[in-house]
Amino acid sequence: MVNMMIDGKKVSAPKGAMLLESIRGAGISVPTLCAHEAISRSGACRLCVVEIRKGNRTRIVTSCLYGVEEGLIVDTKSERVLNVRRLVMELLLSRCPESDVLQKMARDMGVEPQPRYAADQDKGKCILCRSCVRVCEEVVGVSAIGLFSRGSCKEVGTPYNEKSEVCIGCGACAYVCPTGHIEMTSTGDKRRIWGRSFKMQACSKCGKFFAPVDQLKFISKKTGASMEELSVCTECR
Amino acid sequence: MTKPIGVAAKTRQIVKKHGGGKSAMIAVLQDIQETFNYLPKEALKAAARAMNVPMSRVYEAATFYTAFSLKPRGKHVVKICKGTACHVRGAAILQDRFETTLGIKPGGTTKDGKFSLETVNCVGACALGPVVVINADYHGQVTISKVDKIIKKINEEGAKS
Ligand code: SF4
Ligand code: FES
Ligand code: FES
Repeated sequence: MVNMMIDGKKVSAPKGAMLLESIRGAGISVPTLCAHEAISRSGACRLCVVEIRKGNRTRIVTSCLYGVEEGLIVDTKSERVLNVRRLVMELLLSRCPESDVLQKMARDMGVEPQPRYAADQDKGKCILCRSCVRVCEEVVGVSAIGLFSRGSCKEVGTPYNEKSEVCIGCGACAYVCPTGHIEMTSTGDKRRIWGRSFKMQACSKCGKFFAPVDQLKFISKKTGASMEELSVCTECR
Repeated sequence: MTKPIGVAAKTRQIVKKHGGGKSAMIAVLQDIQETFNYLPKEALKAAARAMNVPMSRVYEAATFYTAFSLKPRGKHVVKICKGTACHVRGAAILQDRFETTLGIKPGGTTKDGKFSLETVNCVGACALGPVVVINADYHGQVTISKVDKIIKKINEEGAKS
């Protein structure tokens, strides 16, 4: 266990934990977009910044990626922290002006769109956090999507923007995306995602369409479970 | 008579030459580009399969580096340096000259497939600026009249062969 001071409170945390968890464990809220329990951390959104003090030196760090340390003094709401966080928010907002998630976060933080940052019109709601790419690679294991090109042209998608041969239509990317950029629509026995249409499996008991056939085939191949077993939805199992 | 070897087969040879692992991905892509003059889709797919790397990772690398081209390029790739040093020494005027003479913009290729135009950011020869690199040849202190000479020379060589 290591002992720290967070916003004047004594907090102890297990070695190896990240600051973000200790801060939240102490009942203090920190805004985040890209930290998600299902995937590895990337430190992409920069919203979770806090100020740390060691001896008489202070630093701004991303709390989701900074490991706890004995004797650390953490300030989550200093003027410096709030300034950095507001700047990050202003930039995110000018990239994705249409994102309702960002709009709400900005409102809560008292951040307004800044005329000095021209608002992008072509980026959708994507903040390029790579969460979707990570979940597809780390959890699902198919790596159907990626972040392509670089700089201001960088965008999320499938290679060549083509229908992916490896995508199983599971929707994990849409689920994990913090801003709702990824469009997935399910109507009846069809699901559409990444420009491809997937046939949905009806539950053999209740008849509800509950998962893409391709996803069940993938699970069957991985776990050895038969398609009959997998054709029952989680509620009827 | 030797059968012409296909894109995929050639790509697999390249991957094998580099040990087959994904750590050599960039070197593999460079070799593919060297061989085909660009990165054909078929080659990228074959390389991904041979290295056992997801296509999305390969395509990420291929689109990240400006040195890679996903489109077929001309026989002569003209790279105008637009780094700071070359910029202040008039790279923009040279670019203009190339654009109007060849009738293409950066990223484009002439209809006859002879020239492609690209801009790059500092090729590390600032003292020679403005620099234009054509295929592997570095041209230093390039002027408008030098641009005209270079194009003329290449066109004449082409006419002979
Ligand atoms: S689509 Fe969503 S999860 Fe994927 S990079 Fe963009 S914001 Fe992140
Ligand atoms: S939550 Fe820490 S950088 Fe996004
Ligand atoms: S700026 Fe052109 S070579 Fe450095």
